[in-house]
Amino acid sequence: MRRVAVVRFPGSNCDADTLHSARRAGAEAYFVWHRDTDLQGADAVMLPGGFSYGDYLRSGAIARFSPIMSAVQRFAQAGGPVLGICNGFQILCEAGLLPGALIQNSRLSFVSRPVGLRLEQPDTAFTTAYARGQLLRMPVAHGDGQYVADAATLAELEATGRVVVRYVELDGSTLRTAINGSLHDIAGIANTGGNVVGLMPHPDRAADPTLGSTDGMGFFTSVLTWATAGAGR
Amino acid sequence: MTYKVHVRVVPRGGLLDPQGKAVEHALSALGFKDASGVRIGRAIELSIEAKSAEEARTRTRAMCDKLLANPVTEDYTVEVEG
Repeated sequence: MRRVAVVRFPGSNCDADTLHSARRAGAEAYFVWHRDTDLQGADAVMLPGGFSYGDYLRSGAIARFSPIMSAVQRFAQAGGPVLGICNGFQILCEAGLLPGALIQNSRLSFVSRPVGLRLEQPDTAFTTAYARGQLLRMPVAHGDGQYVADAATLAELEATGRVVVRYVELDGSTLRTAINGSLHDIAGIANTGGNVVGLMPHPDRAADPTLGSTDGMGFFTSVLTWATAGAGR
Repeated sequence: MTYKVHVRVVPRGGLLDPQGKAVEHALSALGFKDASGVRIGRAIELSIEAKSAEEARTRTRAMCDKLLANPVTEDYTVEVEG
């Protein structure tokens, strides 16, 4: 489990950060272009942050039909690990690989700042490096980050432990002021297999000591060892 | 023949629409306190080659289901001219 494909869409702007982070974690990481149709033997796929296709229509709505996304769909459905960060999370929701949707922040403004996160589910392809309940600090930078889903979907996510990270205050206490209005303070979720994970905060901007936090590094190291752990599922 | 089609996409009722809410507050501040239930969506116009208005409607609904509207958060209406 070493080859990590980072997909570049027109408008991606965290593609280099994501590649850098994956390499720092020890992966053999490389870019694939949105018009490609082959993941080139990837062991894991990452959809980076940015504003693919200018966020036209809805964030992620057009990227989801990129040629490369057919390969990503097949890869994910076969159990391959796929991580969507920020715009990547929006694309995964639009593609139906994760439930729910990300709509405009409740207070209408773009939010760009460090947030606290509680790691709720270490048993996914991208979170085995963390302990349940661990407090993480990472930046968010998004205008459309409000996670919404119908009541049945939310109840199922909670009951099956598929909320991966939840917003908390920087000191770890329950969120007092909404970051973006996400239901249940959800910052990231997983699919039923735990192989597809999406989150709005940026582990790729918190995976190098130069940037002030390495709390996000676990997302990149976890997947490198997940294949063997995942085989026992 | 060519049909002109108007699609309206709006946030699903019951879902919070922060933009609609902000505009409603602004209207109220301007003295339009009689306005309520403001919801903001988008209007999409397109032309489509079809044998009948019914076919144009069916094709456009397929476009909405696949791309133009998000089934989780939005509702849409389709109006075919002529």
